[in-house]
Amino acid sequence: MSARVLPFAVALAAMAMVPLFSTSPFYVNLTSQVAIAAIGALGLNVLVGHAGLNSLGFAVFPGLTAYLVAWLSTVGGIDPVAAALFALGGTMMVSALFALVALRTTGLGFVMITMALCQIVWGAAYRWTSVTGGDNGLSGVPRPGGAWLPLEKPEYFLWLCLIVLALALIQLGRFFDSPLGVALRGTRDQPRRMGAVGYDVWRIRFVAWMLAAAWGAAAGLLYAWYHQFVSPHMMAVTASAEVLLMVVAGGAGTLAGPLIGAALVVLLKNLASIWIDRWVMLLGFTFVVIVLLMPDGIVPGFSRLTAWLKRLRPTPAPKLVPRERADG
Amino acid sequence: MPEALTLSNLHVYHGEICAVRGLDITCAEGAVTALLGRNGAGKSTTLSAIAGLNDARQGRIDLFGTALEGRKPEAICRLGVGLVPQGRRIFPSLTVQEHLAIAYRPPRHKAERVFDIASVETLFPRLKERRRQLAGSMSGGEQQMLAIARALVTNPRVLLLDEPAEGLAPQIVAEVAESIAALKAAGLSILLVEHNLPLALRLADTCVVLSSGEVVWRGPPQVLADDPALMAQHLGVH
Repeated sequence: MSARVLPFAVALAAMAMVPLFSTSPFYVNLTSQVAIAAIGALGLNVLVGHAGLNSLGFAVFPGLTAYLVAWLSTVGGIDPVAAALFALGGTMMVSALFALVALRTTGLGFVMITMALCQIVWGAAYRWTSVTGGDNGLSGVPRPGGAWLPLEKPEYFLWLCLIVLALALIQLGRFFDSPLGVALRGTRDQPRRMGAVGYDVWRIRFVAWMLAAAWGAAAGLLYAWYHQFVSPHMMAVTASAEVLLMVVAGGAGTLAGPLIGAALVVLLKNLASIWIDRWVMLLGFTFVVIVLLMPDGIVPGFSRLTAWLKRLRPTPAPKLVPRERADG
Repeated sequence: MPEALTLSNLHVYHGEICAVRGLDITCAEGAVTALLGRNGAGKSTTLSAIAGLNDARQGRIDLFGTALEGRKPEAICRLGVGLVPQGRRIFPSLTVQEHLAIAYRPPRHKAERVFDIASVETLFPRLKERRRQLAGSMSGGEQQMLAIARALVTNPRVLLLDEPAEGLAPQIVAEVAESIAALKAAGLSILLVEHNLPLALRLADTCVVLSSGEVVWRGPPQVLADDPALMAQHLGVH
C-alpha cells in the first residue's frame, strides 16, 4: 500500500470500527454524518479546489437527489433502489441544464448564479407544498435492503456510507492525477492560456461540474436515507455555505482536506452543541483561528508546519576524528 | 519563400478603442518576423488576435491559406499556432512534466520537425532537471523556457513569441536567444514581439514597426539598425 493511500485507509478503517467500540448508536450515527458530509465536500472540492469555481449553491445537487428519492419512494411508491437510480439520473440531467447557465460565468458571477439556481430549487421545495410538503418536507423515506442487508441498523448504514466514501476518494484521487485532472488545474491557474494550448475550457469545466454534481447527488441520497426525511432546509444558503466551509477549512484542492473539514464541522455541530448553548459562536471562532493561522486550510497548514519543524531540527554535527599526532 | 501567416487589413478593438487598424503583414515560412514598436503600439494585441484571444473585428488572418478569424483559441492552436504569452503565464500549480504532458499534441500537418517532450528537454536541458518541480517555484528564466517549451509541444506551424526576454537576467536572455535561433535554424516560422532591440534585430529576417496600431515601416533588420534617425523616430531609441 502506498504512503499516499495509507492515511485514508487507516481513517476509513477507524471509522468502520466505531460500532465495535461504541455501545451507543449516537457515535455510529455521528460517524455516518461525517462520511456523508465528506462525500459532499469532496464533490464541492472538485469545483472550488481544482476548477477554481467557488460555488455558494452546491446544496442544490444533494437537495435535488434527496427530494427526488424521497418523493419517488414515498408518494410514488417505487422501490428505494429504483427510486435512487431515477433520482441520481434526474439530478444529473438537471445539473447538466444548470451547467449551461452557471458555466457562462466565473468569479463573483459564478458565486451569485450558483446561489440563485439553488434558491430557485429551494423556493420550489418551500412553496410547492402539494408535491414537496413545503416547510414540513417529506418524511418516512424508506432505506433499501432487507434481511440480507439490514440498513436500518446504524452500523450497516455506516458501512454503506464508508463504502461510498472510499469510492469517492478512489475515483477523485485517480481523476486528479489523470491528464484531465491536470488540465482542470490548468484551467484554474490560467484559463485563457489553456485555450491557447488547444483545450476547450468550457468542456473541462463541464466535466468538473458534472463530477461535483455526481458526488453531491450521492451525498444527498445517503442524507435522505440517513434522516429518512427531507426538508427545504437542506438547500438553504447556510447549507451550501457549510459545505464550502468544510472544503476551505480542510484545505481546498487536497484530497484529505474535505474529509477533515467535514469531520470538524459535523463534530463541532453535534458534540459542542451538547455542552455549549452558543455552539455556533464556537464554530465561527474555530474558523477565524483556522483562517488566521492556516489560510490555505488544515491539511496544507500542517504540511507547512511539518516542513518548518524539519528545518528546525538540528543537523547532526560531523564526527571529529582525532588526527594522529606526528610526535606520538 | 511561401507565406506562413498573412494578416490583411486587420482591425482589432479593445472595447470601443481601436488598438490595431488595417494591419497588413506577411510572415514567410521558416523566417523570423519581428514586430517592433513603442508601448501601446498594438504588438501584443496583434499576437492575441492571431491566437484567437482577442476578436478581430475586420480583416483576415490566414495560416498557410486557412482563415483563422472567428475561430476559438483551442481551434487555432490545433491548426498550428503556438503562443508564448507576455509574462509567461505558466500554470503555477503544475509541474514541468505536467505542463508538457497536457500541452503535447502530435502534429496534424506534414511537418519536417516534431517537437515532443524529449526534444524540448534537449533544447532546454534545465527543464529536464526540473521535471518534478512546480512551475510556480521556478525562476523567471526557467518559466520562460517552460512557456516556450509548452508552446512548442503543441507542434505549431507558426510560433508567436511575445516579449520572451522581458525581465530576464542578461545571461538568461542569451540562453533564450540561443534557443530561438535554434528554432529558426530548424525552419520554424516565428513572429516575434520584443522590446530588446539588439536581440530582435539579431534574430529577425524582417522587421515590421508599428505605431498607434498601424505599420509605419517594414524592411530588413540591417537597414533599421544602420539608420539611427529611423530608430529614433519610430522606436524612441537614440
